[in-house]
Amino acid sequence: MTTGTGTVITYREAMKQAIREALASDPRVFVMGEDVGKYGGCYAVTKGLLDEFGEERIRDTPLSESAFVGAGVGAAVAGMRPIVEIMTVNFSLLAADQIVNSAATLSHMSGGQFHVPLVIRMATGAGRQLAAQHSHSLECWYAHVPGLRVVEPATIDDARGVLRPALACPDPVLIFEPNSLYNMEGELTGAAATADLSTARVRREGKDVTLVTYGASLWRCMAAAEQLAAGGVEAEVVDLRSLRPLDDATILASVRRTRRVVIVDEGWRTGGLAAEVAMRVVEQGFYDLDAPIGRVCSEEVPIPYPKHLEDAALPSVERIVTAVRRTMGDAE
Amino acid sequence: MNELPAGITRERGLHLLTEMLRIRQFEGRCAELYSAGRIRGFLHLYDGEEAVAVGVMQVLGKGDSIVSTYREHGHAIARGIAMGPLMAELYGKRTGCSGGRGGSMHIFDAATRFYGGNAIVGGGLPLAVGIGLAEKMRGGRGVAACFFGEGAAAEGEFHESLNLAALWKLPVLFLCENNLYAMGTALARSESQTDIHAKAAAYGVRAVAVDGMDVFAVEAATHGAADFARAGKGPTLIEFRTYRFRAHSMFDAQLYRDKAEVEEWRRHGPVISLTTRLKAAGLMTEDDFQRIQGEADAEVKAAVDFAEQSEWEPVEDLTRHVYAEVSAP
Repeated sequence: MTTGTGTVITYREAMKQAIREALASDPRVFVMGEDVGKYGGCYAVTKGLLDEFGEERIRDTPLSESAFVGAGVGAAVAGMRPIVEIMTVNFSLLAADQIVNSAATLSHMSGGQFHVPLVIRMATGAGRQLAAQHSHSLECWYAHVPGLRVVEPATIDDARGVLRPALACPDPVLIFEPNSLYNMEGELTGAAATADLSTARVRREGKDVTLVTYGASLWRCMAAAEQLAAGGVEAEVVDLRSLRPLDDATILASVRRTRRVVIVDEGWRTGGLAAEVAMRVVEQGFYDLDAPIGRVCSEEVPIPYPKHLEDAALPSVERIVTAVRRTMGDAE
Repeated sequence: MNELPAGITRERGLHLLTEMLRIRQFEGRCAELYSAGRIRGFLHLYDGEEAVAVGVMQVLGKGDSIVSTYREHGHAIARGIAMGPLMAELYGKRTGCSGGRGGSMHIFDAATRFYGGNAIVGGGLPLAVGIGLAEKMRGGRGVAACFFGEGAAAEGEFHESLNLAALWKLPVLFLCENNLYAMGTALARSESQTDIHAKAAAYGVRAVAVDGMDVFAVEAATHGAADFARAGKGPTLIEFRTYRFRAHSMFDAQLYRDKAEVEEWRRHGPVISLTTRLKAAGLMTEDDFQRIQGEADAEVKAAVDFAEQSEWEPVEDLTRHVYAEVSAP
């Protein structure tokens, strides 16, 4: 059952509605991955779809990430529109060869003769006490690779809307879904219809500082912005949405308004996406800045299991507020 | 020496020899051009394995697909990719069959469903599984033929792919060219089970091992596998026992094998074997052989001229095709 504008649904349900719509409207679309059928999806995103669409189109795969991601590449090149679910980004490393060496290269290496209209969905992120091997945020590794498109919907509308342009795109698209957002509820608005694969959005306007972020950190930034507002600092929050390509124009336009920027990224600091965003601001907006760029990233540690340590490792509202105050020149 | 199968005509015999000699003469010239610096990068020659490509391609039709390796000139020529664009690709020219972007290891050709030389050992197998899956889901009769060396059998992707193809009964032909050496590592130094075809049993995959030096045996085994796949019964693994006469690549000093071993294999190589049998059966004369070789040389010369005269891709086009420029069909 697809719900209309104005309904309150979960992030999970938004994604499921998008998949159901794609399956119903295009016979080339099918879903494949571990436990997507009988089990209903590791995060229950595909629950019920097996009964609705059958085993031919909702395909449970063996635990063989390289084979089923590679099969997705092959099926896409051969004219199908596969939606491959990798349970989490952690396991995507077992399929990295197919994503980086095949999906990303075939168009260029074949001189444009072949394309890979493949969608790969995977959960990402920490925050659920799952320890080091289930808590990675490795989006930036894939955003590093020419030939891939990388998006991370952080809102209900984007979760509902991004699959359609991803499937229409002739290039491989990686959709990262923050696992801590699946239960988030929100109202579906008309904005779902305008989701795309290349633009950032200003989620909160403010004149004093720009917070650039993506994924689950968006909501930490929104909370931090509320706290800061209580102290008289108006933060503008930019949700990147697309990690490759990056929407330089939206980032720079905001920075030119606020003249200060803090980047919030659940990935590690070293060689991370925050570094890339910061450098683009420096290259294109150095003289617009009134203060050094700040970064709030995960601590350089494999994400630990106990809650107090995990919390300490991740970007928190408190750390974001502190970083903003430092950027504003407040004494610590 | 195997007997010539019954019913082989002069026309048939000469056709198969012609195809093998086209590959051999093409690659002989490639080796020279590599030494002369006209071809760069890695160059992996197929010398000795021609019967596999030629035998397999006799069976495959227009609707079938090919996934290949970095040692794929023979597959490409036997599949019908013209020598001119192929040689231009080795040169890196814009008229190359991949627009010059891939070179020797990455031959692509949409018109013949040639889905690339893949330079990651084992990397092509999942791709072929996906192409077979697409074919099956659309109700087509095409098969996906996937070449790989015996070295790939040690990779996880080999095992994952056999399992998935068998589980879903996909029309995939796993074509293992067992030339006994994974670069410089002999099979027995890297595999606990050196009978590659025996591994298929663990996945319930139909498997056979055949003499890869005998083009007729290759063709017959491929027929069996293709018929099986087209009947919806699933994949077959064929282990072609063959040998590469030349080095792994042009950088290889071949310290890992004896010259005597190479000479022994050369004595029953695919070209010499077929030539001897055709002559013995009275189906071919030495004049025929010379004529065929001469025609192949002329075709290669024209291909080299084409590559030499072709232009380079302008640098302004460097980032083209990283993303699609047109909507996929």
